[in-house]
Amino acid sequence: MAYKHCIDNNRCKGCGLCVSVCPKKVLELSSEINTKSYFPVYQARPEDCIFCATCCIMCPDVAITITITEETEDRPKQPV
Amino acid sequence: MGKTFAKPEALSDQHTHYCPGCTHGIIHRLVAEVIDELDIKGRTVGIAPVGCAVLAYNYFTMDFQEAAHGRAPAMATGIKRVRPDLIVFTYQGDGDLASIGMGEIVHAANRGEKFTTIFVNNAVYGMTGGQMAPTTMPGQRTTTSPFGRNVEEVGMPIKMAELLSTLETPGYITRQTVIKPKYIVRAKKAIKKAFQYQLEGRCFSLVEVVSTCPTNWGLTPVQALKWAEETLLPYYKLGEFKTPD
Amino acid sequence: MGKILMKGNEAIGEAAIRAGCLNYFAYPITPQSEVAEYLSRRMPEVGGMFLQGESEVAVAYMLFGASACGARVFTTSSSPGISLMSEGLSYIAAAQCPAVFVNIMRGGPGLGGILPSQADYFQATKGGGHGDYRLLVMAPASVQEAVEMVMLAFPLAEKYRNPVMLLGDGLIGQMMEPVEFPDHLKSEPTNKDEWATNGMDTRGSNKRNLVKSLFLDAGKLNDHNLMLKAKYDRMKKEEIRYESYNIESDYKTLIVSYGTMSRVCKTAIDNMKDEGLEVGMIRPQTLFPFPEKAVYEAASKGSCKIVTSIEMSMGQMVEDVERSVKGKLPVRWYGKCGGDVPTPEEVVEAVKSF
Repeated sequence: MAYKHCIDNNRCKGCGLCVSVCPKKVLELSSEINTKSYFPVYQARPEDCIFCATCCIMCPDVAITITITEETEDRPKQPV
Repeated sequence: MGKTFAKPEALSDQHTHYCPGCTHGIIHRLVAEVIDELDIKGRTVGIAPVGCAVLAYNYFTMDFQEAAHGRAPAMATGIKRVRPDLIVFTYQGDGDLASIGMGEIVHAANRGEKFTTIFVNNAVYGMTGGQMAPTTMPGQRTTTSPFGRNVEEVGMPIKMAELLSTLETPGYITRQTVIKPKYIVRAKKAIKKAFQYQLEGRCFSLVEVVSTCPTNWGLTPVQALKWAEETLLPYYKLGEFKTPD
Repeated sequence: MGKILMKGNEAIGEAAIRAGCLNYFAYPITPQSEVAEYLSRRMPEVGGMFLQGESEVAVAYMLFGASACGARVFTTSSSPGISLMSEGLSYIAAAQCPAVFVNIMRGGPGLGGILPSQADYFQATKGGGHGDYRLLVMAPASVQEAVEMVMLAFPLAEKYRNPVMLLGDGLIGQMMEPVEFPDHLKSEPTNKDEWATNGMDTRGSNKRNLVKSLFLDAGKLNDHNLMLKAKYDRMKKEEIRYESYNIESDYKTLIVSYGTMSRVCKTAIDNMKDEGLEVGMIRPQTLFPFPEKAVYEAASKGSCKIVTSIEMSMGQMVEDVERSVKGKLPVRWYGKCGGDVPTPEEVVEAVKSF
């Protein structure tokens, strides 16, 4: 059983609030725009993520969710 | 060590029209989480204001009414008086509550109407493009106070939580903020407490939430959090100003 | 059950209760504060809800909120108070909620006076609030008629999902006349589950209801307005009510008059008949929709030479009369403001002078 950190690329408005509050400095804003022309956030250092959900709490757009998953997935470095 | 996090049921899937970094999104979510946790969605009616949150009804999944500017507390009064079993909340900004709607909120609070008001205080009129609000800080530049709020001319900003807490009628009046995760957690507790008082049929409740408006403050979302902390929090003090106990 | 002698204001309050409306929000204003005073005692007796709001502005929105969650509601006020409620009326009409408003008219404009007037005709029938909305407007000429119109107003408001306005004047509010509350005018509230925000649990539904009036998209707002207009067109077809007086005679003058002014005119018509002068009258009972066809047909009578609108205003209904007559005959206005109700003699003099 593991946690899965999921960023909805197209809900994200690139406001950066989550980046500023992540205690492990996992998050960064991407250099590629999403469908709304924002620079969305992505996990730059996903291996450091402790699933504290502080980013989720801070996000005004419910762009980040954390679920429980059966397998441990390879966490992608680039935004999906 | 970790935890899960999901969108609450009471919040719709719709992407909001709010600006990047606008704290409306956080506050909407907290209200929705509380409604989910108390399992009251089926008997809740929300009332949307005029202001940036005029479209709030698109972001919640329960019955909603749209009020005229400032009149939400009167509409809430109407609902609670004919259907006391419904859980009613108004969601209002600075202009809606502290300017045009000042009469309605004071009297609803004074009559002890048993609904909950979420008051979003970001010291400016957002939707109409950044004009001065009754809550604008001294010296703060807005589109109608381009030289900074001159308190000699237009007085000091209004502290709504304190003002309403002077009423003799019992109520739950608190000021919170969402500019930091720890404050967000406290704000949610306060919002839940407010709704719980309403569930008990106890009293009027108001949660003032010090918020940011990056666009009209001319700051980035993260800078706006900082400005709120440095300039708003010293004036708009957090805490519980009145409880019905 | 026999007739009881009741003051107009109190009868209006009682009529709402008999019509099954147990929710009253109001603000005191002369000459109709007695409605609130009466209902503040009477509503608790029948398990109803009475609330004095902090202003007419607030009261209009209390009505809106309560109506939007499915309750039968009404309020009473007087001219300046109705001005304050006008924004609310626009919103309530736009959001398609039923509600009943009673305007016991007083002198205006501005603070005006507290004596009777009919100077809110424009406000009631042509707007008051902003945007393309209409109110179904009824005008009683007696306390009994006021009672019947109040009882009728609730099912009409629900039929059209629109506010209904009763236009009375200070005389209607203050005088005492014998009244009875006809059982046949009682009505059951309609089922509002389709649109009211009465709680999803109450409806046993997962679908939420939204009561709003904002349509930012031009096409959608146009569609909404077309839909509202269709309702008003239907009112014009189905809800016109009027009374005619002495219309069988070969009258030279046709009077159009409503409310208590029409009673003075009736006396004047009777007096003139004794002198051998025939005058006919159309008394609109609905001011919107206006009985245009009835006025036109009455004006088309061969003997008729002139039409006159007699109202306690500076000439408001006269414009609708002119429109209805379509230039066939000259249309004159006679009236007085300030609260001095014209006497039958003054009406006779005016008719003779035209």
